[in-house]
Amino acid sequence: MMAPSASESILHAEGLSKNFGGLKAVHGVTLACEKGQIHAVIGPNGAGKTTLINLLSGDLAPSDGRIIFKGRDITNLPAHRVSRLGIGRSYQRTNIFLEFTCWQNCWLSGQSRESSSLQFFKPAGAVAAVRARAEDALRVAGLEARADVPACEISYGEQRQLEIAMLLAMEPEVLLLDEPLAGMGGEESAHVIDLIGRISTDHAIVLIEHDMDAVFAVADVLTVMVDGEILESGSPEDIRASDRVREAYLGDEIGDLGGVAE
Amino acid sequence: MTGLPSRPIFILLIAVIAALVLVPLGGDKYWIKLVTRMLVLGIFAMSLDFLVGYTGLVSFGHAAFFGLSGYFLHLISSDEAAVNMLWALPVCLGGTALVAAVIGALSVRTKGIYFIMVTLAFAQMLFYFFHDSDLAGGSDGAFIYIKPVLAIGQTVLLNLDNRYSLFFVTLASLVAIYGLLVVVLRSPFGRVIQGIRVNEHRMLALGFNTYVYKLVSFVIAGTIAGYAGFLFASIDGFVSPELLGWQESGLALVMVILGGMGTLFGPALGAITLLGVEEIFRDKALVGFMAEHWQILMGGFVIAIVLFMKNGLGGVLLRIAGDRRRER
Amino acid sequence: MDWLLLLIQTLNGIQYGLLLFLIASGLTLVFGIMGVINLAHGSFYMIGAYLAYSFTELTGSLPLAILLGIPVTLVLGFVVERLFITHLYHRNHLQQVLLTFGLILIFNELQLIIWDGDPHGVPVPEMLSGSIPLSDTLSYPVYRIFLSLVCLFFAGTLALIIQRTRIGMRIRAGASNRDMVESLGINIRILYAIVFSVGVTLAGVAGMLAAPVETVYPGMGEQILIISFVVVVIGGIGSVKGAFLGALAIGIADVYGQIFLPGASSVVVYALMAAVLLWRPSGLFGRG
Repeated sequence: MMAPSASESILHAEGLSKNFGGLKAVHGVTLACEKGQIHAVIGPNGAGKTTLINLLSGDLAPSDGRIIFKGRDITNLPAHRVSRLGIGRSYQRTNIFLEFTCWQNCWLSGQSRESSSLQFFKPAGAVAAVRARAEDALRVAGLEARADVPACEISYGEQRQLEIAMLLAMEPEVLLLDEPLAGMGGEESAHVIDLIGRISTDHAIVLIEHDMDAVFAVADVLTVMVDGEILESGSPEDIRASDRVREAYLGDEIGDLGGVAE
Repeated sequence: MTGLPSRPIFILLIAVIAALVLVPLGGDKYWIKLVTRMLVLGIFAMSLDFLVGYTGLVSFGHAAFFGLSGYFLHLISSDEAAVNMLWALPVCLGGTALVAAVIGALSVRTKGIYFIMVTLAFAQMLFYFFHDSDLAGGSDGAFIYIKPVLAIGQTVLLNLDNRYSLFFVTLASLVAIYGLLVVVLRSPFGRVIQGIRVNEHRMLALGFNTYVYKLVSFVIAGTIAGYAGFLFASIDGFVSPELLGWQESGLALVMVILGGMGTLFGPALGAITLLGVEEIFRDKALVGFMAEHWQILMGGFVIAIVLFMKNGLGGVLLRIAGDRRRER
Repeated sequence: MDWLLLLIQTLNGIQYGLLLFLIASGLTLVFGIMGVINLAHGSFYMIGAYLAYSFTELTGSLPLAILLGIPVTLVLGFVVERLFITHLYHRNHLQQVLLTFGLILIFNELQLIIWDGDPHGVPVPEMLSGSIPLSDTLSYPVYRIFLSLVCLFFAGTLALIIQRTRIGMRIRAGASNRDMVESLGINIRILYAIVFSVGVTLAGVAGMLAAPVETVYPGMGEQILIISFVVVVIGGIGSVKGAFLGALAIGIADVYGQIFLPGASSVVVYALMAAVLLWRPSGLFGRG
């Protein structure tokens, strides 16, 4: 399966670059993803993957290049505008509202889709659409039972699930997932990967992960980044067979590429 | 997130209000005025808690709006007849809200420690404006010779010159504003600003334009502080630049932290307590010679609260009532 | 416009700006290394001025007064840090602000007890009491030039420390990091106590040096503190370069404001701050 062309993709980046002083964190990255597809970005630490996500989500402004979403140039939009357009992200380091319950966390996500939150007099719980988003998100993420527990009291794995639940409640078209499995054990990881696989049918997903088993299990397209640039991009089979990729990562965590014999 | 306090606290608050209602019956002129002052500052402190404890914006210049409203009242008052609250109050509140919008629009662009410094600076600017200019008596302050009244046509319904009327208007306002703020805090807007306090970065990532919400919160808090200022100026019929000053803003923050930041009812209790403590510190019979230098006692008291009671009275009450909501 | 008068006022503005820089650097030093915002910083400026006043009355010599005043201020700063500030390192900004606000209340009252509520002046030392003639009728006081040079010297030394040492790196990073500092092999308690007392003594020395040209009066601490805040807001926290430029900008703006807008002079500084905020909310060189 080839990477989608620019005309079919819902989100694509062209020649994206980000410099910090003299450091080229990301350089000339071109990437596309389409609905129903999981586009995984892999590479060693420091390859620029999180910076790339930050550029796509609007948390960072690019030094060069363009970002197009549904045919519209969104290159310099701030994070909250990007989010409103339908691009949501989760964070590598859990970035939830620890003081609030799981329900309240998802409620805030759901509320963000309302046209305005400048409503002062009706009770928050009265907005049915928002309640529905929060409830559905918790259910899909498997956190229904923990709805009324403060987020600071649930397990780490559950917090990672909450990250994803919050993303779902936002009803995004594109999901940017930054290492959703970080710090998770085997069973929890399997559960989350299954979840990601299920939601991918209706969404476009950009996935950063270090867990190679998981990546090769779900990804439709793989992009390998090294030192801020794209080394290679293609289907999982192509990447697995690629000598260049193998050369770059012998002995690294990518060394064991999905079970192919060394 | 907050809603009405739990049952035991609710009952306690009702008891306090009931006790306050009895004050005018038993108390003499001095006490009625003192308690009125306490209640007005209670409104002021609640407005600051809305900003600090719920939106997470620590303002060291909140007194600017408190004092400004009083000055507006002075400027629109005349020596001939009482102004009618029907138009005087909206004018004072509108003017205060406008200034709050301008200062807020600039200040809310900053974060954290900058915000504290910037709000202090803008408040100081207003202080100097009134202190140095001839507009309203300069450093001497100015009088409001005839207190406002509430009149419909020719009928005077309330006269703020009457200390009982002023007392009950203030008490009723305190309760009403508390109720209003609880309603707002439970609304979508209220949830959003609390989200901003806990994790503004995530709120932006969720798509909220946090600048707008913080600004609106700032204006709401400033306007309520203006309402308190209107009443305060009516107590003694006098305004001075000190009402806008950094000491007043600092003491307001002390009330908030003494009462319990983020509890809403706490800071109101904090205001009452702080004024009570000040009365004690100024009383020779109780503290002897230190009464002359009561500011030292007050400074020590403030330091003690920060070191030993950082969750304030409200925090203590909530813990006793078994409510874990606001411990941090 | 009399260009000579303008020159004199510009020199005054620069001198005031350099003084502000000295005070603001103390504030930034404490905040940069320890992460503590100290509202009572201005009080040490006041204490310095009053010590200069009293010691000069006693000894008849300002230089001697300053030599006596510096150790007194250092010790006071050390004691304040050990008793009070040390509890603030893991507290939030509101608590830091309120505790140091309590200190201001105490310091102000102590000042009234030890001295009084009247304004005072301190005589300029003999050696520096001359003036440099600029024209037939106008001359510029030597002492003000001396003051500017001393502040410049401190600025230079501070800049060197910031740029060349590891402690300087920490300040530039603008964050306090106990682990990092401890890994440098220094006892953190002593370090913090020293940093704090040096920081507030910078304000104290500024007060001592400025005493002959400014009035010594009770409210002077808070007045200068708030302007220092404006310096930091304009320049950006953690940036010594920003504090320097911000201080000079304010010094000039304040003085020119008094010339061109006499009624509104006190507002000019805040208007400048507002303008910078519109353009750069984190200050000219700040880090957001």
